Order: sequence, then structure tokens, then C-alpha cells
Amino acid sequence: MRFRNLLALLFALAMVAAACGDSSTTTTTSGGTEAPTTEAPATEAPATEAPATEAPTEFPPAAMGELGGVLIGAGESVQIRTLQSISGGTEFLGVDQNRGTELAVEDYGDVLGHSVDLGVFEDDLCGPEGGAAGAQAIVAQDGVLGVVGTTCSGAAAAAAPIISQAGMVLVSGSNTSPSLTSDLQGNANENWQPGYYRTAHNDLFQGAAAAEYAFSVLGFTNAGAIHDGDPYTQGLAQSFADAFTALGGTVSVFTAVNKGDTDMTPVLTEVAAGEPEVIYFPIFPPEGNFIAQQIGGVAGLDDVQLFSADGMFVAGEGGFMTLPESEGMYFSGPNLVFENSGFTGVNYADLKARYEADYGEAPLAAFHAHTYDATMILLSSIEAVAVEGPNGELWVDRDDLRAHMNGLSGFSGVTGSLTCDAFGDCGSQAIAIFFHEDATAADPIAAATVVANLTKDGGFSETGN
Amino acid sequence: MTATDVAARRPSRFAILWVDGFLWAIRVFALVFIVWGVLGSIILSGQTGGLSGDAWRDLTISGLAQGSMYGLIALGYSMVYGVLGFINFAHGEVFMSGALVAYFAADALFEAGVWESSPVFAIAFTLLVSAVTSMIVAILIERVAYRKLRNAPRLIPLITSIGMSFFLQYAIRGLFGSGFQTYPQVPESLRGEAIWGFQKVQLIVIVVAAVSMAILYTFVERTKTGRAMRAVAEDKEIAGLMGINVDRIIVTTFAVGGFMAGVAGMLWGLLFRQVYFLTGFLPGIKAFTAAVLGGIGNMAGAMLGGVSLGLFESLGPQVVLGGLRWGLALPILAAVVAAGIGVIAVVKRPMATNTYWRTAFGGAALALAAILIIPAWRDIELSISIPALSQLKDVVAFTALVLVLVFRPTGLLGERLAVEERA
Repeated sequence: MRFRNLLALLFALAMVAAACGDSSTTTTTSGGTEAPTTEAPATEAPATEAPATEAPTEFPPAAMGELGGVLIGAGESVQIRTLQSISGGTEFLGVDQNRGTELAVEDYGDVLGHSVDLGVFEDDLCGPEGGAAGAQAIVAQDGVLGVVGTTCSGAAAAAAPIISQAGMVLVSGSNTSPSLTSDLQGNANENWQPGYYRTAHNDLFQGAAAAEYAFSVLGFTNAGAIHDGDPYTQGLAQSFADAFTALGGTVSVFTAVNKGDTDMTPVLTEVAAGEPEVIYFPIFPPEGNFIAQQIGGVAGLDDVQLFSADGMFVAGEGGFMTLPESEGMYFSGPNLVFENSGFTGVNYADLKARYEADYGEAPLAAFHAHTYDATMILLSSIEAVAVEGPNGELWVDRDDLRAHMNGLSGFSGVTGSLTCDAFGDCGSQAIAIFFHEDATAADPIAAATVVANLTKDGGFSETGN
Repeated sequence: MTATDVAARRPSRFAILWVDGFLWAIRVFALVFIVWGVLGSIILSGQTGGLSGDAWRDLTISGLAQGSMYGLIALGYSMVYGVLGFINFAHGEVFMSGALVAYFAADALFEAGVWESSPVFAIAFTLLVSAVTSMIVAILIERVAYRKLRNAPRLIPLITSIGMSFFLQYAIRGLFGSGFQTYPQVPESLRGEAIWGFQKVQLIVIVVAAVSMAILYTFVERTKTGRAMRAVAEDKEIAGLMGINVDRIIVTTFAVGGFMAGVAGMLWGLLFRQVYFLTGFLPGIKAFTAAVLGGIGNMAGAMLGGVSLGLFESLGPQVVLGGLRWGLALPILAAVVAAGIGVIAVVKRPMATNTYWRTAFGGAALALAAILIIPAWRDIELSISIPALSQLKDVVAFTALVLVLVFRPTGLLGERLAVEERA
């Protein structure tokens, strides 16, 4: 009897081990199983749409791509959708982004005489479940060309396979996870899907920018990096460590805290053993606060330079930027000082003013600008590849749409010049390094000085202090 | 006849051997890893990448400070368990409410300048606010949620306490919002290092915790009320017959436990500074663990358990897991395993059967001999490098709990249970 219990225990352990081993493949598997259901509308799209109106002989064009296309009848709208995080703790991000899309649609006007229909806003729930469900709801609708979304990288990882299978394009204004595109060396990462694009930066750029600044400008050669186990912070810390090593520096400690930890002495002691000159910890409050507050009590870290990322940009009562310990720190983050005049001649200051006038409040977050650009490149690409029929119809080939977006170069967006690479990274990748020296300022985030800008071509400009 | 007997007996005997063998293997493995890790850390300390002397000291001090707060909270779990026989899972929230309410006192004192001008008064006052708040919350919980359930099956108050815990979390959230409240920095005169690497604030935490525990211990052991509490813990019915007001004593138990949690709450705010409505959750679970570690129902056990858990958390990842980087030669490993089996054999002798011992010792001796004889194996060095050590803090702490319970199922100092539980 007891022997059997032992066997059961071993079996249970084996199951646990198997479950652990499998977890990394879960996302791909779920994407794979969705394939049959989502593929159906893609291949059927031209067949079901085409006979709707009596098509003239060469319209729609006989030579169509394997993804098919969408026929938009005279007087019908161009269908695009949004899939953003519009509930829960990240609601402010998704709502802000949908406003960016609405403003873009308003500014763009009609596509070759056809109005643009955004349909019902879908919710990505900031996670894979919401991303998959929202994508399913969208691909089930007829004639949708593209989706603006998602807010959260985790949601995009689940939504992209479904939307890609359906032949649509997905354009995000805020996903920054490197896993969704490439390693920037020409290799696709695990969650990349054809038809995925983003106007937000790739975290690899941010990590590299921080490493470049710490190594080349500040002159540090020994760094430590701390993340909190979250894919976002882990990816960012990893890209910092890789870039720092590639530059010739040493990353003596690469470690992590747990979300919910309060006592940081153990982790800081671990870090101190490597005697780093700079610590990069692109994490969030409150763990980031604890690190900055407790570092003074750990031997060997008296002169270490602290370096964090935009996740710690929290002002207001008790916010990290108001703590005296945060003074003298460097931060990496997207450069949100946009001075570009966009495709439609709108520059960011006008856009912000319109946002405030239309919605009665200041922008809730930063990524409405990137989402505005995401919507713009989607609409302008649709217009570029659309073929007009004799009776005011439009034919949009899905392969042509992707090909056009992949080839997008030097598109003038409000966030800068957008050029897409083969894996959908279109963002201007404007990363800035901030120096924070006044925790008592009324708006300590705005008071932080931009000490350097990194642009997409790897150029690095110091803006002076 | 004899043949059938043997056939019938054999499977059961082997079953016992296998399970025993498995448990012992776990013990031997644990011993090997702990000895290897600790030895490794000691040998590696001072070298590049190893722990410096200061690091050992810092880890120990931070573990002591964290652990003494766990100990204070654990007292409440342990005392309530001793008297009522159920785990009051809302106790973590009792701790949190004190910490949060005392923030407003601390902030007001800071705004008024008292925080800096007379730090001792300010801290004492905040401490009192925190302790009294927690005490009131604890008394209210007992009155509202538990008193009616005094004679209900034990699962009922347990689940009520979990509900109460959520109620308190979200009531506090409703009252004070979901954001972090940041305690003012410790007064200027109390910043920096005091002595032997103790930060002054850590010293305050440890001393206040120790004094509170000493007072509580004296209260329970030396006063009439304390004696009554022990009597109620022993047997409520008889204590009632002896003229003790059982309800009043139970309220006192909750009050005292809440007071201690409140003291811990203020110390937490002083040391970590950020508190919010979920602050009580993890420390609550950890303190419950500490109470079990020390032996539930046992007051000295709760204190010892708390400090031990703090030290495990703080030192464990660095010392045990970090030390595994030290290359361990295979022959030494084999010798340690053989010695481990030997030690356990001596300790656990009564359960042994001859067959088992012959197998175990024979196996160990053969393995040792093989490793010493085969030259290629003699030079093998084992070394395990674990990334992101500090993230494994809780893993180490809870593994330590499991191991302590494997070796001592009733906790470090043993349980103290009332008559009805023992029966």
C-alpha cells in the first residue's frame, strides 16, 4: 500500500516536471490549434466577398495573392478594428491608445472615397486569454483588413498567430517585447508572425541604449542587472547585459527579485559580491523603491551608480521620483518629446491639443502617439495598395498590404521617421537617457534632464546637460 | 506452509523498506546539499564572487531584523491557536491595519516637525498608535466574526478568518485607497550605522521586538491573567469551572496578539517605509510559517521560529545555494553520503531491519570503493551555479520549513496543545 503511494508520488513529480518542461511551448501550441478555424475565413474571404456585387471582367484583379483580398463595395466602409487593454489596471493605456486611433482616423479622412469603420473596440485584457479571444472575435467578422493593437505584449503573443492566419495585419503602438519581432540580427524571435508590425520601440534598443550610455559615456566597465521575473523586465535586463558585454564590459551579476519582496538586503549582498560600478534594474515600484532605499545599508555598494527604466517613472505622493534616494539616478525610456510633423501635416503639439479638446483631459499615457502613427501607416498602406473598380468599389489584396508595410520606409509619423524591417519593427526607436536630480520638483518626471538620445541607426547623441 | 508465509510477508516488508529508503534518501540529500553549500560558502568567502565578511554580517543583521518582525506577528497566530485551536488567517491584516493607520500619525508628526525635533517621542507615539489600532481591530474581529462560532466545527472559523482577511484588505483599500503610503524617512539622528554594521533603524527594530517579546513572556508567565490564559489554553471547560471568565480571556488573547502585530506593523513601516492594503498578506503567511516552524501554540517557539525564518530567508540563498558553486570532489561527496547514512542509522536505529542495513551499508561502501578505485572518477568535481539566487529566497525558506518538519515534525520547540487536541 505504501509502496503504491510512493509510486503515486513519483508519478505526480514526473507530471510536475513534465508540466514545467512544457510551459514554454504552450503559446505556440495554442496558436497551432487555432490555425484550422482561423484559416477558414482567410481563404474564403475573396470567394465570399467577390460575388457580392457583379464583378467586371478584370475586377477584382485575377492575379491575387494566396491570402486573398477584400472587396469593398461602393459606399461601404474600410473595416479596421482595435484590440487594446480597455479594462482593469491597464485600462488607461488602452483607452489612451483608442483615442490615438480615433484621432488618426479623423485626421486621415476617407480612403479613396470610402469612410473608415472601427467597429466595436475589443479588449485584450492585457494577457494571452484576452488577446486570443479578441482576435477570434475580429477574424470572425467579414472584410476586416487590419487590427490596431495590442496594448500588452503578452496579449499580442496570443493574438498575432490568429490574426496572421486570417491574412490580416496587426499593428501595435505599445508592444515592446523583443519576442514579437526579431533579435535585430536578422533572426525572428519565438512570437514573431507575418503581418505583425509595431511603432513602439523594441526593448532591445532600450537595453542597448542604457548599456551604451553606461559603458561609453559614463565609463563603467563592471555592471550588475536586476529584474523581477516578469518577461518585460527580464528581457530588458537581458538586452542590457548582452549589449554591455558586447561593448567589452563585464556583467558581474545578473539576478532577480520576487514581486512582493520587501527585504532587498539578500539580493543587494549578492550584487555587492560582484563589485559592480553600475546597477541596471528596469523594474517597477515598490520593489525598485526598496532597492534604492536599502542600498545604503549594504556594504560595498556605497559608490555604485543606480540606473533604472521608465517603469519607475512614478510621480505624485510617495512616488519613486519624489524619494530623495532617487536623486542622482539615470533612467532609460522612450523619448516622448516628439517634435515631428506627421504624414498628415499634424505635429505632436497640435495632436495633444486636439486630444485635450476632444476628451477633456490630458493624455492618460504616452502611447497614444505611437498608436496614432500605427493607425496612420495602416490606413496609408491600405490606400497605397487598393485598386479602384469601375463602380467605386475597392479591392485590397492582403499580400500586397503586407508587402507594402514591410517595405515602408521613412514614413513621417508624429513619433519620428518610421521604417519597417522584415520582422515588423517600424518604430523610430527614439530612446532617451534621463538624469534625475531634483526629487522635490513639482513634476519630478518632467524635471529629469534628457542627457542622451539614441536613434534607430545606432547613432548616439549627447544632448549635453 | 513456510513457503506461503514468506511469500505473503515479503511484499509488505519491501514496501516499508522502500518508503523508508525514500525518506532517508531525502534526508541524506538534504544533509549533503546543506553541508556542501555551507562549507562551500565558508571556503569561498573572501574570494572573488564569494561572500565578504561584511556581506555575512549584513545578511545576518537583515535576517534578524526581518525575523524579529515575523516573530512578533507569529505570536498572534500561535496564541490564538493555543487558545481556540484554529488559525486566524486575518492576523496578517491586523498587522497591516496598524501599519497603515500609524502612517498617518507618522506623517502628521513629520509635517509638524516633531518627527525630527523629538524622534524618540515620535517613534514611541507612532508605535502606540499602530499597536492600539491593531489591538482594536483584533478585538473587533473576535467579537464580530469568531465569538458566535466558538462551538462550531473548526473548519468554520478557519474559513471565516479567510473571509475576514479579504474584508479587512478591501475595507482598508476603500478607506485609504490602493496606493502606497510612504512613511517619512527615519529621523536624521537615527540614520546611518550604529555599531558592528547594524543600521540604527535595524537596531531599533530588533530591540523593540525583543523588549516586546520579553514583556509578553513575563505577562503570560508571571501575571494572573497570563496564568488564566494558559489555563484556558489547557482546557476551556475546566478553566471556566475554576472561575475564569473564558470569554474575557479569549478577548485578552486576541488583544495581546493584535498589540504585538501592531508593534510589528510600525516597525515594518519604519524599516521598509512603503505600506498598502496588501502589505499584510505575505508577512502573514510567513509569520504563520514561523509559528509552525517553532511549534504552533508555543510562544517561545513562535519567536524562535520567526527569527529562524528571517535568517533562512536572508542567508539561505547566498549561503546554501551560492555555496554550491564550490567544486566538490566526488570522493568527498561519497564520503559525506556514507557518513550521512551512518549518522541517520545511529539516530534512527530502532526502525531498522537487518536486511535493510546490509543493503544500505553495502551500497554505500560499494559506491565509495568504486569512486576511490576508478581513477577517472576521483578527479570529478561537482559544481552547481544557480542564476538569480535571491529570487529563490522563499523557496529556500519554505524548503527549510519542510526539512525542519521532516526531522522534527512538531517544530523546533514542539507544539503545545490543549487536552482535547492531544486526545
